[in-house]
Amino acid sequence: MDLPLPEILSAGHLYALTGAVLVGLGLYAFITLRHPLRQLLAVNVVGAGIFLILGSLGRGPEATDPLPQALVITGIVVAVALTAFGAAIIVRLAETRAAAKPADDDNARPEP
Amino acid sequence: MSPLDLVVAVPLGFVVAALMLGRAARGLILLAAPLMAGLALWLALLPPDAAFLVGQWDLPLGILLRADGVARLMILATALVIGAVGLHALAEPPEKPGHAAQAETFWPLVYLLWAGANAGFLTTDLFNLYVTLEMVSLAAVALAAMGSLAAALRYFMIALLGSLAYLLGVALIVARYNTVDVTLLAQVAEPDLATLLALGLMTAGLLIKAALFPMHGWLPPAHAAAPAPASALLSAIAVKLGFVILVRLWFEGFADVTGPASLQVMGGLGAGAVLYGSVQAMRQQRLKALVAYSTVAQVGYLFLAFPLVAGAIDPGDAWAGMTLQAVAHMLAKAAMFLAAGLMLKAAAGDRIADLGGLAQAMPLTVTAFGLAAVSLMGLPPSGGFTAKFLLLTAAIEQGAFLYAGVLILGGLLAAVYLFRALSACFAPATTPRAPVTGGFRTAEPLALAGLAIVMGFAGTALVELSAIAAPWDAPAAAPAVTLPEAAP
Amino acid sequence: MTLAFDLILCLMILGTAGIALFVRDALAAIAFFIAFGNLLGLAWLSLDAVNVAMAEIAIGAGVTGVLLILARARLLALGDDAASAATPLWLRLGALAACAGFVVLLAAAVLSIPPESGLDRVVAPLMPGLGIENRVTGVLLAFRAYDTLLETFVLLGALVAVWSLAPAGAWPGRPADPGMADAPMRRVAGTFSQLLLPVALVMAAYLVWAGSDLPGGAFQAGTVLAGGLFVAAMGGAIGLPSSDRPLLRAALVLGPAVFLAVGLAGVAAGGFLVYPEGMAKTLIVTIEYTLALSIGVTLALLVAGTPVPGAAGPNPDGKG
Repeated sequence: MDLPLPEILSAGHLYALTGAVLVGLGLYAFITLRHPLRQLLAVNVVGAGIFLILGSLGRGPEATDPLPQALVITGIVVAVALTAFGAAIIVRLAETRAAAKPADDDNARPEP
Repeated sequence: MSPLDLVVAVPLGFVVAALMLGRAARGLILLAAPLMAGLALWLALLPPDAAFLVGQWDLPLGILLRADGVARLMILATALVIGAVGLHALAEPPEKPGHAAQAETFWPLVYLLWAGANAGFLTTDLFNLYVTLEMVSLAAVALAAMGSLAAALRYFMIALLGSLAYLLGVALIVARYNTVDVTLLAQVAEPDLATLLALGLMTAGLLIKAALFPMHGWLPPAHAAAPAPASALLSAIAVKLGFVILVRLWFEGFADVTGPASLQVMGGLGAGAVLYGSVQAMRQQRLKALVAYSTVAQVGYLFLAFPLVAGAIDPGDAWAGMTLQAVAHMLAKAAMFLAAGLMLKAAAGDRIADLGGLAQAMPLTVTAFGLAAVSLMGLPPSGGFTAKFLLLTAAIEQGAFLYAGVLILGGLLAAVYLFRALSACFAPATTPRAPVTGGFRTAEPLALAGLAIVMGFAGTALVELSAIAAPWDAPAAAPAVTLPEAAP
Repeated sequence: MTLAFDLILCLMILGTAGIALFVRDALAAIAFFIAFGNLLGLAWLSLDAVNVAMAEIAIGAGVTGVLLILARARLLALGDDAASAATPLWLRLGALAACAGFVVLLAAAVLSIPPESGLDRVVAPLMPGLGIENRVTGVLLAFRAYDTLLETFVLLGALVAVWSLAPAGAWPGRPADPGMADAPMRRVAGTFSQLLLPVALVMAAYLVWAGSDLPGGAFQAGTVLAGGLFVAAMGGAIGLPSSDRPLLRAALVLGPAVFLAVGLAGVAAGGFLVYPEGMAKTLIVTIEYTLALSIGVTLALLVAGTPVPGAAGPNPDGKG
């Protein structure tokens, strides 16, 4: 069932628009959410939106062009590397803060 | 065999070697420093049209490595700075006491930063530049985290936002022009909505990375807590990559798209940075925070130069001034942070008022600090003076008296806060000093500061070097590639 | 796929993203984020970008999701529930206005760009020289191999950075034991992972081999391997190695080192990363296999996290 949509809204544009909205949503979440782990999640949503824009506007005759695909894959790998590091910093920072509070009992580690 | 092949691959090789050697990896710097300095010198002396398509795959698909004047100078300065910082870290371990993880991972992170910086200075491919930005940011955040986790997390989040802004811009460019190579974009870029938005996004992201006012907020806290070698690398290198990419975008890729108004905005932000950074530096009580705000101010000069380069009839001098300012700052700021690190270890506390007696106890180190200050203030003879002089003459020639005023005022303000720090060292000691000296660890800040001064004598040669393959020169020998048109 | 399907998929993507971002409970947020990632994978399939779909589902949804879940669990143990807190109204309204305006601008820019690109016509004639059919692999491992080389070092560097955070007394050391606390669950997980790990190894090997001509490749394969390794660690079938084991270091650097070595060897053939005539496919497959191994081990350790003091794996000597 094909809806009679105007010609301008091809599949490529539809996904690119979705990507644009994702960027905006993620950015809004990043600004308004205070917790760093939620901000990390928001950053990943923004990244996903950017990848959608990158990939969906690079159509070839049948499939998405190999160059945008390769760029998106590279971007996804870089994003996961940075997310892993970010999550580690967040956890480590929470650990040092918990250890610094004398009231904390169970999880206090020896002060590094 | 050309240094274009090696100047990125060799530091990557050292990353691998450092990981395999574990705790013994610290000795590698004794090999790496002279090797990379030699490669960088070789690169600087290559014929003017030195360029290489990686894998010999043609544009618009492939990635072009091009040794233009900016790349040669920055790679050379990077080799000197990281070499010196690394040797210093060998003698004066940077890690927090007991943190064996920091001691061991410091070295692979430094080599990663080195590789990323060299790669970023050399390439003209915007997406490749994104990957190099991430390499440098990753290493820089990790090095900052050796000081303060909270400051590093804030740096991380802000840097990530900047990277994403840049990447979004690149995505729009790829979609619009089917290429991300700056030399090709120089031929085809047009000022339409997508391009302007992309350029705006990329600029915003890179200004965050370069810590230009008002996006400088992450820099002082990250520097103040980090160990001295880490601060030196952050201020000298990490911040410069964003600047170099902006130069590639504004003066080459999108030179026809940017109008005089936007250049004035950049210049205005740069002027604001100079004034704000200097005023804040004067207010600081702690030495490292003072030096960090000095970086905020010095970065301002780099962007203040943008309208001066674009508005000059013969941009050669302004271009050289901008490039040499970057190089001189790298050398002088690294020297200053290393010296400050040694001084703070011997001082009673980390406040400027606690620096008394150091001039007698550690004369060479304070001399290094002083020589670095000379360059930062722009006093002759020094690299900083040469750079400011070139920019000042360019500003006066164009009638940009406001910028000229900021250049002079910035130098005066720098003198105020740097003399304050220096004179504190000459004050009599309140408590006995345990000087942290020992030839090896004192030599590096002295050497770097000395180089910053010696730069002032090599002015003509450096100006000529900076002009190699510059975008305002005769039409660049960009291959006449026809970009694929979208299928009808 | 029809436009109606695409439209519904896009709405679902936006919906799951919205919930993932704004729901109060962090675990629900992460769960919806994983769903979001999988829907994105479907979107990539709809765009006929199969390689990207695999990468997104494995890495974007899978690995990222696990990272966030583990981080949340560790924060919860410290008393932080990562729930979204209230922010001042003026900030929310201001941000809303700014982001809405930005989205409009971005949407306008995006709509002004024709979605077709002509780069396939540049890539196609170069493929026969490589001897492989998968054009994305061609771009990743040949035409833009330099990007991929740097990216593998970013991944390795991220692990080094995670290691650098280890507190005093935790180095050299292992990450916290991810094994399940509940004994019956642990036994189930252990048995399951003993079956899963060999399957993961075979699947990874296949994905690299198939990646030459069909969708697949080193990154997807490496992620499958990482999944197998980490589930095995959760079940106690293998232990996480200590960070200073030479064998571990060798496995981590093997892929990047081989890639770098091939690049330097290419100098003899004309320049960095030049593939000599006729050897392209061999070199590409070699790089991909070693890269898949290194990526697998690196991702597994990235997920496992920073070394902690006093952590001991169930098999102190084991690394699979």
